[in-house]
Amino acid sequence: MSEDVTSPLGSMVYDPAPESASVAHLRPSYGLFIDGEFTDPDSHTSFETVNPATEEPLARVAQASSEDVDRAVASARHAYEKVWSKTSGAERAKYLFRIARLIQERARELAVVETLDNGKAIRESRDIDIPLAAAHFFYYAGWADKLNYAGFGANPQPLGVAGQIIPWNFPLLMAAWKLAPALAAGNTCVLKPAETTPLTALVLAEILQQAELPPGVVNIVTGDGTVGAALVEHPDVNKIAFTGSTEVGRLIQQRVAGSHKHLTLELGGKGANIVFEDAPVDEMIEGIIDGIFFNQGHVCCAGSRLLVQETIADEVLRRLVRRVDQLRVGDPMDKNTDVGAINSAAQLARIEELTQYGESEGATRYTSSCVLPDKGYWFAPTIFADVSQSHRIAREEIFGPVLSVLTFRTPEEAVAKANNSNYGLACGVWSEKGSRTLWVAERLRAGVIWANTYNRFDPTSPFGGVRESGFGREGGRHGLEAYLDV
Amino acid sequence: MSIAPLRLVTADERGVRVPASASRPVVESETQLRALLGGLSGVDAVGAEARAAKLATRSLKRSTKLAALNLAISMVDLTTLEGADTPGRVTSLCTKARRPDPSDDSAPSAAAVCVYPDLVEHAKHVLEGSGVKVASVATAFPSGRASLNVKLLDVRDAVSAGADEIDMVIDRGAFLSGRIGQVFDEIVAVKANCGPAHLKVILETVELATYDNVRRASWIAMLGGADFIKTSTGKAGVSATLPNALVMLEAVRDFAEVSGDLVGVKVAGGIRTSKDALRYLVLVNETVGESWLTADLFRFGASSLLNDLLMQRRKQRTGAYVRPDEFSGD
Repeated sequence: MSEDVTSPLGSMVYDPAPESASVAHLRPSYGLFIDGEFTDPDSHTSFETVNPATEEPLARVAQASSEDVDRAVASARHAYEKVWSKTSGAERAKYLFRIARLIQERARELAVVETLDNGKAIRESRDIDIPLAAAHFFYYAGWADKLNYAGFGANPQPLGVAGQIIPWNFPLLMAAWKLAPALAAGNTCVLKPAETTPLTALVLAEILQQAELPPGVVNIVTGDGTVGAALVEHPDVNKIAFTGSTEVGRLIQQRVAGSHKHLTLELGGKGANIVFEDAPVDEMIEGIIDGIFFNQGHVCCAGSRLLVQETIADEVLRRLVRRVDQLRVGDPMDKNTDVGAINSAAQLARIEELTQYGESEGATRYTSSCVLPDKGYWFAPTIFADVSQSHRIAREEIFGPVLSVLTFRTPEEAVAKANNSNYGLACGVWSEKGSRTLWVAERLRAGVIWANTYNRFDPTSPFGGVRESGFGREGGRHGLEAYLDV
Repeated sequence: MSIAPLRLVTADERGVRVPASASRPVVESETQLRALLGGLSGVDAVGAEARAAKLATRSLKRSTKLAALNLAISMVDLTTLEGADTPGRVTSLCTKARRPDPSDDSAPSAAAVCVYPDLVEHAKHVLEGSGVKVASVATAFPSGRASLNVKLLDVRDAVSAGADEIDMVIDRGAFLSGRIGQVFDEIVAVKANCGPAHLKVILETVELATYDNVRRASWIAMLGGADFIKTSTGKAGVSATLPNALVMLEAVRDFAEVSGDLVGVKVAGGIRTSKDALRYLVLVNETVGESWLTADLFRFGASSLLNDLLMQRRKQRTGAYVRPDEFSGD
């Protein structure tokens, strides 16, 4: 193999192609969504939610108190006892279909709000987050009147009131993952969005009003971690569903222990993306890039550990470095942006801290030569080569656009290295040889395994982890089990 | 089996660092060719299509869009390949290619006019001094179902009539039945008969059916001496698609790294709108880089596309759309 083509790929400069922020129609302040109504924003203490790409404030959002959580749970309980548990599956389905269609109708607005609040590229919120959120409601709407045939016996019963705590990386999508199966199964919900990304959940609240969902069936309480804690500790909640860090998940499990509450946890990960020498090279490079730089690497199932067969390691690294340099990093509202802003100053600090270890522990660093904006929270896409299994960047979840590259010699070694982690959420296997892919997949300890692709999501496919990545499944028929008393 | 023509490559100002001993890899036997093709990476169809679809969402605005429209116009091989073609029809096409927008001097000329061999001489005459090239299809286009002698005669005929570029078809039947040596030999023979004319090798991707085949056929053509690889004849239903173009662009990129030689890509058939054309330019930019964003290395084989490019160009410059009849039919 001779030298590189020097003309950088994608070097043609594209003029800015910004999506319009005005379609967001944000209100200056938001109350809580309890019993089908927004509370008066002035009746709460409040906090600002900012655009991480510019550090400019977007809106003020209410900080729920423990009394607010009590009211939300009481409203959900009342709606469960008086309305939702008596609503037929076919009727519940109608509401879910209506919500799905309204999400589609307001897709552009939701995409813009998501990008402003989260910092992710508009291309991703427009093409992935919002369409998938609608797809989840459509999918579970279909199950609502067919629960008898879901494989959990005749007439499976809902759990009651579900407390759902969601993360900031896919705000609306995670709300859809939680609400759609819970409502289809006949539960009522109290949803707690992440502190830094509450806005799309509040637009969703408007959609629930538009859909005329009975008051109290879904309540949305915003605020910091104390709100989530109040929800977890609330005696009248039957089910806690949490997506977030392993650290917090562990605390929740401790607090719920010994209670009657059902629990599902979807926690961190350190996904291994395993590349064999016979992989389809061009698609594999794209898959690795998507696996780690999708959503700035703020993905629990991100393929943050690349395990590459030694025979092709140099070639893969060369192509990866070239490809990383091509990623368009910057204004998330630009339709051509590939990698947007880091969600918060705190997350940026964590990424910076862990990447420091990468260098001090002796890994070789390649960082994209992209120019980062002056304001906002940014981290240039980065690859670490020569990483060892014992390095911190090979063991800890960075949750940012940072890839660690390790090598292996045999399929056995690949499996051993992939499994040598406390996590077990997702893995990828790249090979044109089906028998090897299956051999490896059978031996990986992970909830999700992708073959010749990565970070592909579909409402029909169950998603969830093993070991410190949590338990319980979301999506597919399996996703219903988390909200049924079976 | 014959030996691929050795072409020494000079350092190229288009931005490629050329290895010291640059030449196309020499193919000495069908066994060796088979081994070489076997060593190529497979193409994952789902992934290739997803990549092409993702790049199709790029949004070109303002000055980028105008530059891209101008570039696309300059890359058009204005094509007429009908049984009913006459010198008169070719004259009007040539006039159009020379000056696509007579009301605007700044509009570029098309790259070439593409005709059947018997009309080359006429086209050459009409285009004299314009800088617009004359391309001729040859080798029993579009099916390629004739003996090698007939194909070579066809080529020599077009070349002696003054064709600047020859668009040949590969023998898809031979390729699909595994006679890749025959496919290769034909390309080598045609190249040897092209003289100064550039050789475009048409793969007819729809008949090759799989992306793996498209990648292998691209390599056979490049090893055989192609200056360009071309998607389709435009005569077989589905013609150029973004994923096929992606696979071919990856092939020319990888080939440039091995040989130092920059092979062009021509997408032909079914490209009718500016939006489509700009998607191909984005694909070129992000797969092989700016080096290929020139009519020397990328072409559109099309006819109705040109007027849409002109219309969008006018819109970009004046802010208003004009009636389609503002531009000549051919």
